[in-house]
Amino acid sequence: MARAFRWLLPHPFLTLLLALVWTLLQNEVSAGMVVFGLILGVLIPWGTSVWWPDTPEGFRLGRMTAYVLLVLWDIVIANVQVAWIVLSVPNRKLKPAWIVVPLDLREPEAITVLAGTITLTPGTVSSDLSDEGHSLLVHVLHTDDPDAVRDEIKTRYERRLQEIFS
Amino acid sequence: MTGEIIAIHAVSLCLLIGAGFALVGVIGMLKFNDPMTRLHAPTKVGTMGIGMLLLASVIHSFATGEGSVHETLIMAFLFVTAPIAAHFIAKVNIHRRTCETPPDPPRDETWSTLDTAATDGEGPGPG
Repeated sequence: MARAFRWLLPHPFLTLLLALVWTLLQNEVSAGMVVFGLILGVLIPWGTSVWWPDTPEGFRLGRMTAYVLLVLWDIVIANVQVAWIVLSVPNRKLKPAWIVVPLDLREPEAITVLAGTITLTPGTVSSDLSDEGHSLLVHVLHTDDPDAVRDEIKTRYERRLQEIFS
Repeated sequence: MTGEIIAIHAVSLCLLIGAGFALVGVIGMLKFNDPMTRLHAPTKVGTMGIGMLLLASVIHSFATGEGSVHETLIMAFLFVTAPIAAHFIAKVNIHRRTCETPPDPPRDETWSTLDTAATDGEGPGPG
């Protein structure tokens, strides 16, 4: 039974996501469209599972939702801060810096989410990954204390992502 | 009737905030003089600027009777694709040495962008 389930639904969350995206694309909730979205959600992961054999082991949807809300709030705060930097700090006083974040995350999906989070938060852009994937290179627009930014990324985002993908 | 007036005010406010952040993003783009710092400006437009404009669109559609949630999808796709574009612009900057070369990573040998054959840097150069 479990194997049949695995074969039919290699990526259960992708199935849900595809059904949701399909329903949103229709811009109206009707039973037919939800069912059709679910059919697409089964067929597409099933058809493409050859190219994507690994399923992330653990994934906690509830914690992920909390994480998304936290990131959205941080984006709003950081936007105001960066807008203030853009308008008030002259170029010669700007202190851009490279920050190296040592990664404890190992799952490619988790690292992608972390890098995306860092870029979406204004003021920081994730720029590169080391050749073995153990460190993330982040560029900061303006900071007096690069270590504090690194620690914030580690405690605020990476620790939460570790709990989500475990 | 008052509901509609509140909605109109909310829509206007969202449009103003969104446009304001887009303006700040453009100012940043023009003001900064280094490719890496300049990269920070569009991330603001991509998140708050577009986000507030789309929020205005959602509020307007619900206020005028026919609700629309397409905007959530635009936002979601933007959030998925924007970091990748920014990441690749940063990689190009590192690769072409148009910015300060980053410090070496502590645990691995080098950054993946710099992990190239030594002869790669001897091309025609920026033209």
